[in-house]
Amino acid sequence: MTLLRVENLVKSFPTGYRSPPVTVVKGVSFTLDRGEILGLVGESGSGKSTTARCVARLLPADSGRVVLDGRDVLGASGRELRSLRRDMQMVFQDPYSSLNPRMPVGEAVSEPLLVHGLVTGRAALRRRALELLRMVGLEEEHLDRYPRSFSGGQRQRIAIARAIALEPKLLICDEPVSSLDVSVQAQVLNLFHDLRERLGLTILFIAHDLAVVRHLCDRVAVMRGGEIVEIADSDTLYDNPTHEYTRSLLAAVPIPDPRRERARRGVGTG
Amino acid sequence: MTELLTVRDLRVDFDTPSGPVRVIDGLDLTVAPGERVALVGESGSGKSVTAQAILGLLPTARVTGSVRLDGQELVGASRRILRQVRGNRIGLVFQDPLSSLNPVMTIGRQVMEPLLIRGVRRAEARRRAIDLLARLGVRDAARRFDDYPHQFSGGMRQRVVIAIAVIAEPDLLIADEPTTALDVRIQAQVLSLLDEIAAERRMAVLLITHDLGIVAGFAQRVVVMYAGREVEQGPVDEIFGRARHPYTRGLLAAVPRIDERHQGRLPTIGGQVPTPAQRPDGCAFHPRCSSTVDACRSEVPLLLPRAAAHRVACHVATRHAEQVTEV
Repeated sequence: MTLLRVENLVKSFPTGYRSPPVTVVKGVSFTLDRGEILGLVGESGSGKSTTARCVARLLPADSGRVVLDGRDVLGASGRELRSLRRDMQMVFQDPYSSLNPRMPVGEAVSEPLLVHGLVTGRAALRRRALELLRMVGLEEEHLDRYPRSFSGGQRQRIAIARAIALEPKLLICDEPVSSLDVSVQAQVLNLFHDLRERLGLTILFIAHDLAVVRHLCDRVAVMRGGEIVEIADSDTLYDNPTHEYTRSLLAAVPIPDPRRERARRGVGTG
Repeated sequence: MTELLTVRDLRVDFDTPSGPVRVIDGLDLTVAPGERVALVGESGSGKSVTAQAILGLLPTARVTGSVRLDGQELVGASRRILRQVRGNRIGLVFQDPLSSLNPVMTIGRQVMEPLLIRGVRRAEARRRAIDLLARLGVRDAARRFDDYPHQFSGGMRQRVVIAIAVIAEPDLLIADEPTTALDVRIQAQVLSLLDEIAAERRMAVLLITHDLGIVAGFAQRVVVMYAGREVEQGPVDEIFGRARHPYTRGLLAAVPRIDERHQGRLPTIGGQVPTPAQRPDGCAFHPRCSSTVDACRSEVPLLLPRAAAHRVACHVATRHAEQVTEV
């Protein structure tokens, strides 16, 4: 069952007076099934973040179609748009800048419920905030603390709790683990895995780390220069890449195994 | 003495409003001529501070212990001596190439500078700088010699930084996360260039990184740091194949691998890295460790066995080893 359909998405940015605009997304199309995790990978400037932002309506697309659960995203306005926003939530790379430093995390997590008028009353909001924090592995004692007293990994959990507060159908994550340390990254990846199992979340997962994407995603789309050059289920893409660019990307990823690395380079160290 | 760099009992304290904080607590480290050593750890482990302490780049910190380069003591050395060492004997590459380069000085001038300071004639310095830039894969090096850093891409800038670091043919290159800001294909190119240049010139490299994949492909020996202390060190195959410290093992297990089909949960290390100010007593890792004994909570474990190539600072691992040898 298709949840999200993106057709021929195009986005360009102006570059200044009398110079032509630069087209960053050049006709991207893909679909995302319910409960599926799709990885969108590519190097800097490949257009992966811009694609995600256009899908989420954080940026206006030039043309194309985005359909979420049968509803047109790009043409929506007013009440329709607000309801769509409820169904699509984002998690960003930097958990330091995505949380309001002056708002206790309990409030930050329940704020979307207040904004959309889904829960009213302090006690009810607080109860729901606690449920959400527990879902991401935090406790009651954390409710009244401010973001500054949390580590990067904990802040990312809080940002995730806020994103799932509205029980969105689609979670769009833009490099959600790239600023985290290895041991914390594993905890957050497990959290995404668990949330999918428990809530049936559908996730569009943007990342540059191809190993992370292989681990988490069911399908992977490789972007280059604003286009998807290859899209396939994870094992097919990683074991039998067909596009030359995908092959060159995969070949460049270091493997944490000295023997395999030496075998790949065909040289010994020293 | 065969070591090029010998660090003994290095301690670094920073003054903070709430009192002094020990960021590096008794680090021992050696690098032999031509050897590649990786210093691995997560944020806050003290790996970058170690590099800065070696080079005397921490004017506000209290640094004690000993850092010897070919027998010459660098801790407490005069600024004149440190200036001679930096650039001439030890080259340095930092993570962010843009902040390592002077934005208002041409690329060529910056690459030539270490040679000009040494008294090499300008024409000769220019020739060598262009050769090296070309060698590092900067296309049209002669034509781009008078360009400014902003005219170069991130990957090209990092090549320029490497050129500056190695042009005076230092004996040791300290590279602190040299490819972390780069895309994966550029990273692979830069690493293989570093690899070739180091081999050609028999230059030793101290590589500081959090990326275990890079370590596997580049280093001969690995030093693992946790909360300002060394927890394990050994030859690269030993560390990746037979790690003995629970932290090293946990770290290796937590890395998703591109060559493995596995869905589901990753093994994790519970909790989080302590800040230096909140370093637990005894073994700093004990609150996150799954197999602890009483000593873990009270005594800081030593790196044992002292003379061995593969050493571990873990009460449980070393006790286990003793029992095995007794039997």
